[in-house]
Amino acid sequence: MNAIEIRNVTKRYGKLVALDRVTFSVEEGTVFGLIGPDGAGKTTLHQILTTLLAPDEGTAAVAGLDVARDFRKLRTQIGYMPERFSLYPDLTVSENLHFFASLFGVDVKDNFDLIAPIFSQLSRFPDRMAGALSGGMKQKLALSCALIHRPKVLFLDEPTTGVDAVSRSEFWDMLPALKERGITILVSTSYMDEAERCERIALINKGKILDADTPERLVEGLGGNLYSASCGDMYPLLEALRRYPGVNDCYTFGAALHLVADEGFNPDEAARKLEQSGLAEVRIRPAKGNIEDLFIKLAKNDG
Amino acid sequence: MDKEIAISVKELTKKFGDFTAVDRINLQVKKGEIFGFLGANGAGKTTAMRMLCGLSYPTSGSGTVAGYDIFRQAEEIKRHIGYMSQKFSLYEQLTVWENLNLFATIYGMPAKKIKEKAGEAFRTLGMEDMRNVLVREIPLGWKQKLAFTAATLHSPDIVFLDEPTGGVDPATRRRFWEMIYRASSEGMTVFVTTHYLDEAEYCSRVSIMADGRIKALDSPAALKRLYRAATMDEVFRTVAKGATRE
Repeated sequence: MNAIEIRNVTKRYGKLVALDRVTFSVEEGTVFGLIGPDGAGKTTLHQILTTLLAPDEGTAAVAGLDVARDFRKLRTQIGYMPERFSLYPDLTVSENLHFFASLFGVDVKDNFDLIAPIFSQLSRFPDRMAGALSGGMKQKLALSCALIHRPKVLFLDEPTTGVDAVSRSEFWDMLPALKERGITILVSTSYMDEAERCERIALINKGKILDADTPERLVEGLGGNLYSASCGDMYPLLEALRRYPGVNDCYTFGAALHLVADEGFNPDEAARKLEQSGLAEVRIRPAKGNIEDLFIKLAKNDG
Repeated sequence: MDKEIAISVKELTKKFGDFTAVDRINLQVKKGEIFGFLGANGAGKTTAMRMLCGLSYPTSGSGTVAGYDIFRQAEEIKRHIGYMSQKFSLYEQLTVWENLNLFATIYGMPAKKIKEKAGEAFRTLGMEDMRNVLVREIPLGWKQKLAFTAATLHSPDIVFLDEPTGGVDPATRRRFWEMIYRASSEGMTVFVTTHYLDEAEYCSRVSIMADGRIKALDSPAALKRLYRAATMDEVFRTVAKGATRE
């Protein structure tokens, strides 16, 4: 059964189409990533699925319950961690947890086993005000509070925004254990590299789903005309490659450049010609792309 | 003072009570360099950057920014730098032109010069027909370009960019870096923080802070050799992993 079922959901704010006929489904017990930049519609979709906003058109169901018709019942079945800090800063760690438990009519000890691995990292300071916790600790408390009623589906809206690379990775390390306990997770992010931590993803841009599948299958769809290029002086190389015949796109990619070329593109010949024009040690080789390459390609086709 | 040095600090320290946010950092940034200032959350980056911008006095240490002393000439420093952050850079309820005019006026540019430079910038960016549009109505990618332009219209010696690309789509993020390249090739010094480690690869040199100290400082290529890492992402993880405070 699908834990989340979204069919043609559209949401407008005045003239702005925040979500444009969004359709996808999330299988029960998976970690599903909603990947896209700021302003793509990720938060709007989260708010619709958590019954905080009604769609203008289309239908959505979570845990078999319709977000419009069954919203009261649905609210007891889901956990939601919004992007902005969702805790009460002037309550202590322990008070926050007990407060959220009582809202859902459960006792903290009923489901403590579920949050124990996460909450135990906070147990050193049960009496500290939530507002005085570090960013990483706030995040762990917010996650504990979103899980205390043992939801069937967990919604995480940009849990790693503004967080450094090491902490981001630690956050993702917490999710598989929740999935093992049968919780379906929809997590949104603007970091493309986090796509690899999801079983399936949907790429979203300007309110539209560009594609949805496993990260591996999506990357396969990039095709074989992607190359990596480097030379001593990267910026002139970037400009030269953009003008080079048969090159459709060229952009920086970490320490190298990536370029998307036509079928007939000959990388060795291109390197030779660019060297003749004055660039030093030009190397162009076939490259294996990733989600970021795919996003650039799909967003471009979408205009 | 050395004309080729844009920023130079020695043993720069900032304490809040008994907490040492920035602990004896040393660094020199050359003119025209793109310097990546990396670090884990809570490492002390923002505190250090505030001192370099003349917004906060160090507890101890010494240094110059754009040739001005960080203790005695903080006001001069502010006039010779530009600052942009992803979180706040523009007034949403003002138009594109009003924003540029406001920032340039605050930086002390004469009205005639503002008109001339803004006209030039609108042409280069292809934003001429947007000059009277409210900033809240323009797409994020444009906002970023505009914010960078607002921070650099007065041709500062150094521009400080505090996580300028957070949350932005991959194509826009790259176009933004091309603006950085261009500014640097025209001689502007760029001091930039980011959480995207692929962007660290584009810097001339980077430093990595943890627990208030600079733990590593060199060109991306040299750091990758030193830590036997394939990417700056690996370098960062190795250096930042030992950090004890969040």
